[in-house]
Amino acid sequence: MTEDVQQEGLPDGPLQEEAPWQAVAGDPSPGSRRHFVVRLVLGGLARFVCLMLAVSIVVFVLVGLSPIDPVQANVGQAAFINMSEEKRADLAHYWGKDTPLWERYIGWAGSVLAGDMGMSLRYNAPVASVIGAYAGNSLLLMALAWVASGILGFLLGIAAGMNQGRLADRLIKGYCFMLASTPAFWLGLVFLAVFAVWLGWFPFGFSVPIGVASSQVTFADTLHHLFLPAMTLSVVGVANIALHTREKTIDVMQSEYIRFALARGEGRLGALFHHGLRNLALPAITLQFAAISEIFGGSVLVEQVFSYPGLGKAAVTAGLGGDATLLVGIALFSAALVFGGNLLADIIYGIIDPRMRKRGAHGQG
Amino acid sequence: MARDDVREGTLRRESRKNTAKAGRGVAKADAGEGTAPARWARTAMLKPKALANDDFREEAAPARWARTAMLKPMALTNDDAGEGAAPPLLHRPKKLRLNNRVRTLALFVCATLALATLVVVGIYVGAEASGSDFQQKNLAPVPQHLFGTDWMGRDMFLRTVAGMSTSVLVGLFAAGASSVIALVLGLVAALGGRKADAAVSWLIDLMMGLPHIILLILVSFALGKGFWGVAIGVALTHWPGLARIVRAEVLQCRQAAYVTAASRLGQGRLRIALRHMVPQILPQFLVGLILLFPHAILHEAALTFLGFGLSPEQPAIGIILSESMNYLSAGMWWLAVFPGCALIATVLLFDGAGSGLRRLISPRSTQE
Repeated sequence: MTEDVQQEGLPDGPLQEEAPWQAVAGDPSPGSRRHFVVRLVLGGLARFVCLMLAVSIVVFVLVGLSPIDPVQANVGQAAFINMSEEKRADLAHYWGKDTPLWERYIGWAGSVLAGDMGMSLRYNAPVASVIGAYAGNSLLLMALAWVASGILGFLLGIAAGMNQGRLADRLIKGYCFMLASTPAFWLGLVFLAVFAVWLGWFPFGFSVPIGVASSQVTFADTLHHLFLPAMTLSVVGVANIALHTREKTIDVMQSEYIRFALARGEGRLGALFHHGLRNLALPAITLQFAAISEIFGGSVLVEQVFSYPGLGKAAVTAGLGGDATLLVGIALFSAALVFGGNLLADIIYGIIDPRMRKRGAHGQG
Repeated sequence: MARDDVREGTLRRESRKNTAKAGRGVAKADAGEGTAPARWARTAMLKPKALANDDFREEAAPARWARTAMLKPMALTNDDAGEGAAPPLLHRPKKLRLNNRVRTLALFVCATLALATLVVVGIYVGAEASGSDFQQKNLAPVPQHLFGTDWMGRDMFLRTVAGMSTSVLVGLFAAGASSVIALVLGLVAALGGRKADAAVSWLIDLMMGLPHIILLILVSFALGKGFWGVAIGVALTHWPGLARIVRAEVLQCRQAAYVTAASRLGQGRLRIALRHMVPQILPQFLVGLILLFPHAILHEAALTFLGFGLSPEQPAIGIILSESMNYLSAGMWWLAVFPGCALIATVLLFDGAGSGLRRLISPRSTQE
């Protein structure tokens, strides 16, 4: 019964599917792609400013609520006890203990706009330079893990979707469900115990070998140290994208255009690669860019496990050590990163899928 | 198949009786006789009977009895007939299988019971878990100490159970608080007009704009760390996803005829929301609530692991794991592996309970 219906629907199915596509492919305005990107970037910029304003206010209020005494935190326990009352009051005034929160915020925001994010207490350096120094390590780690988890997850998802209900599918699905409940830091610990302690294949932590001058550290060393943390992050990151790609693959394989391609004599894999891949890639890309937030969170934990000197480790140090300025700086940086990821996802989405451009042109505002 | 034919034979004979007047139906039935699957033929033949029912009032009673008598076995053997490829008659599954709904429900109840037991036992052994015995320190897993012991001779199994109990309690608190926030904000967004919707959506975007861990660190920083820093931090940051779901559900619900009718009948917004919408979205909401637990527990463990949470003498899974880091290089793998497995098992239990409930509640998958 169902087969009959599908056979009836077959001849006009692919045509309907391809009609809007072809119409757009023959779009007369060649600059539509560029316009699309420009519009997105401008709109994104406005949203970015709004978001940054809001995030900075929220972060500032949260940090301002903290019961940590700035005088005590800044001068240290011993100096604080030996200090005279006037000196304490002086310092309290210097760190603005009696000025209201909004005044402090305006002062802080003004200097941030001037390029000064304040001094980090724990690292004894300007916040901007601390972030600059650690961001490189973190970004390298995240980028590796991000790319690896994206590709691996995508391939696993396709493999599972093509073998729906068979052993491979069940294995991949079980693996993903398992991973979704696995804390990244615990997996890092297990990897450390297995690969670093037991097998001794990889170093126990840090980003460079101990006792080697920084000028002598080779790129291979860096990669060697990067491998375990990146593997931990990407193994955990696979689950989400693999499960989504699996669902999508099943949908696509049951679609009429794939059926038509199969009817023309193409193999299953060929049909998938020639006709399904674009449709599969779209949600995967969106998902993977949206996962930047997750990967950042994961990197905080993983860096802690592997004593890897990155932003996450700096954030934890700042949070535990009462370093408010650095914490605010890192929070803003991470918000910017997440936002950038989402914006890029929108842009790439539009470049890959012409239908999005068209919709964007009509439905803006 | 043989019995099917017999049944169709009787059916056809009966329909011929009826179709003296309802001729169109017979043509269909005859067409279906040869090739089409048995099911089609049957439905085609049922139609003239239904028509005929009105025409032949006088012979209606016996005919109807006969029909109901015949319909019953048909409904029962429907599955066999649908398969087509001549399965054995009155096919009975070789293995005894429980009905899926029963199985899912049983799973749900078992998961809930297991978690409740964990909490109670954890509270009960709390004092014992921190008792140290320096004669038994650094033991690899043995039958007396299933998970081994640490450098102070504390039994890791008891510590893990006590720690998991804390985690589950924090998870309960956090999921409860987050779900209330989500429900209120979702309702406000969907019912409060355009501006409220924009405000709530923006708030959700804002919350999602920061990586979750960073947000948790900030909140716990603001509250001065400690147990409540973590508990409140986890409770305050898990609502955006659920609030989105609630908002979408309510928006859909607002289009429903019964809601329009209620509002035309002069009922207030709040009354409609509470009396007509909340019952409608409650199932989705409950499932969302249960599925919040795993996240909350994992985040609690992560935050404690980073050092923001409970103090080292309190039992907590994050503390256990972060302490184990220092002993990992000495080869004491059991300090990390077993507590972590316990954490995963707990999370999987919650996950299983939540998705089982979702399968039961959702009309689309409830018959699977």
